[in-house]
Amino acid sequence: MDLILNRYRNLTALVAAILVQLVLLAYQVKSNQEVRLIRVWAVSAVTPLARLLEGGRSGAVTFFKDYFVLLDVREQNKRLQTDLNRVQLENQVLRSELDTAERGRALSVFQEQSQMKTVAARIIGNSPGSNGRVVLIDRGTGSGIQPGMAVITPDGIVGKIVSSYPTASNLLLVTDPTFAAGVLSQKNRVHGTLKGTGNSNALVDYVQNEQNVEVGEWFYTAGDDRVFPKGLPAGTVTAVRPGRTVKEIFLSPSGLQNGLEDVLVILEGDHKPIPDLPPPGQSVHLQPLPTSEGDSADPLSAARSSGAQTDLDREVEHTRRIGEDQKHVFGERGRGAPDFNKVPAAAPLAAPSSPASASPASNSQAPSSSTPSSNQPRP
Amino acid sequence: MSDIPAAFSDPPRKSKVSKFKWVSIVGIPLAAILFQVYVPRFFTYLAYLEMPLLVTVYFSLMRRSPPFGVLLGMCIGLAQDSLSNHPLGMFGIVKTLVGYFAASVSQRFETNNAVLRLVLAFFFFFFHQFFYWVLARALLGEAVSFEPLQTLVLAVLNAAVAVPLFHILDRLKVTD
Repeated sequence: MDLILNRYRNLTALVAAILVQLVLLAYQVKSNQEVRLIRVWAVSAVTPLARLLEGGRSGAVTFFKDYFVLLDVREQNKRLQTDLNRVQLENQVLRSELDTAERGRALSVFQEQSQMKTVAARIIGNSPGSNGRVVLIDRGTGSGIQPGMAVITPDGIVGKIVSSYPTASNLLLVTDPTFAAGVLSQKNRVHGTLKGTGNSNALVDYVQNEQNVEVGEWFYTAGDDRVFPKGLPAGTVTAVRPGRTVKEIFLSPSGLQNGLEDVLVILEGDHKPIPDLPPPGQSVHLQPLPTSEGDSADPLSAARSSGAQTDLDREVEHTRRIGEDQKHVFGERGRGAPDFNKVPAAAPLAAPSSPASASPASNSQAPSSSTPSSNQPRP
Repeated sequence: MSDIPAAFSDPPRKSKVSKFKWVSIVGIPLAAILFQVYVPRFFTYLAYLEMPLLVTVYFSLMRRSPPFGVLLGMCIGLAQDSLSNHPLGMFGIVKTLVGYFAASVSQRFETNNAVLRLVLAFFFFFFHQFFYWVLARALLGEAVSFEPLQTLVLAVLNAAVAVPLFHILDRLKVTD
């Protein structure tokens, strides 16, 4: 050691002097964090080594730990996978049972609240065929089901029974191409015929291009097909476009939206009004019906007294008198029409009791939707 | 070999080591420090003179002993640090290195040559300024700037002053 120091005496002296001054410098100077520089240097010099040692130690420990742990991971993974499959299966079964219970509960509630006499049935099979939309339900003639009965869910109409057997029935869905039912739009009171298209949509046919139907508008059963009671939801309009002669209106059947598992077969229907008010701002004028007999001021009283049985008979008699008064022959070519505003001389007309009944133009307004059409069948 | 200047010919021997009185060795550096501290207050243009550095270089060159140069440089530097607002050791480390290298150079060259003194003074001034800048940035983290051109000019000026200064100091040598 002495030999080395003597040999490198100058360099040793230099290094010693530098080191002493470095220590002196480090002792005085503080860093920005008010820490003496000698501490900063010491920590900076020791930290990388300590970090290296700690990294090696933790790496070795982790390696051996993971190695021994991994020995059991494979078996544990198999066991957990088996448990997971079992739990998933149980979950699916429970969820299916829950859905079934919820559907049954909803169906039961709907059945209780409805005035219609219905019987619940479950879909138990599908009919073969690519375009056919016929399913098999588990109720038949033994439950009172007959062909032509309507089948619904709380969401809307589903179809109708096309054939029934003692223990099962065939249900023709609304999406079948051979299905048809009378429907009425909720907002614009547009009548049409609901037809299946063979896919998931249905079509509302026989709606004139001039009639207004909007996308999203609801269609309800019109009750004029002798199958579905009036006022059951049929579906919402998904697309409307003008056709060559009639509108093409595509409908999404509401009864099939939430899956089809449990249905209600209507044994005795109950007609309901379309659940909506007329559009605001639309004036409705009603032509006054003939009043009761004995009113001499009524222009139709003479007709009533002449033996007419119905309102139509009285209207025909009244029109005939107008023609006779004006020497008009009905059905003759080139004569036009008589002036229906002129009161026949034989029966002078009294002053109108209301503006609505006085104006002939007002009589040309559309009839009220609440007034059933004369050709509309009644249940 | 006779064409080679005497300053680069043969290495100096121990017999060529200059000797000074202890009073001179202590007093001259002290006077240089005092000069740098007080004179620029009255003559600001003399602030560029690094008198302690020049004295360190001179005595290291003359004594031709690196330990002496290390010790002298350290003492002058620490004294200079103690009078400044810098942390103790900044000038000390730099001047320690200057003293060491100057003494080492003097063992190889004839340092009585004026040109060599001019070159050495120029080199050590630049080295001193540059190394101080390095230490200030590395150890203290100070964002000080280094102007190479300005440093070169100041090095030339200090070298120009060093030659006559060293000639004056030569008179303080103790002759046997």
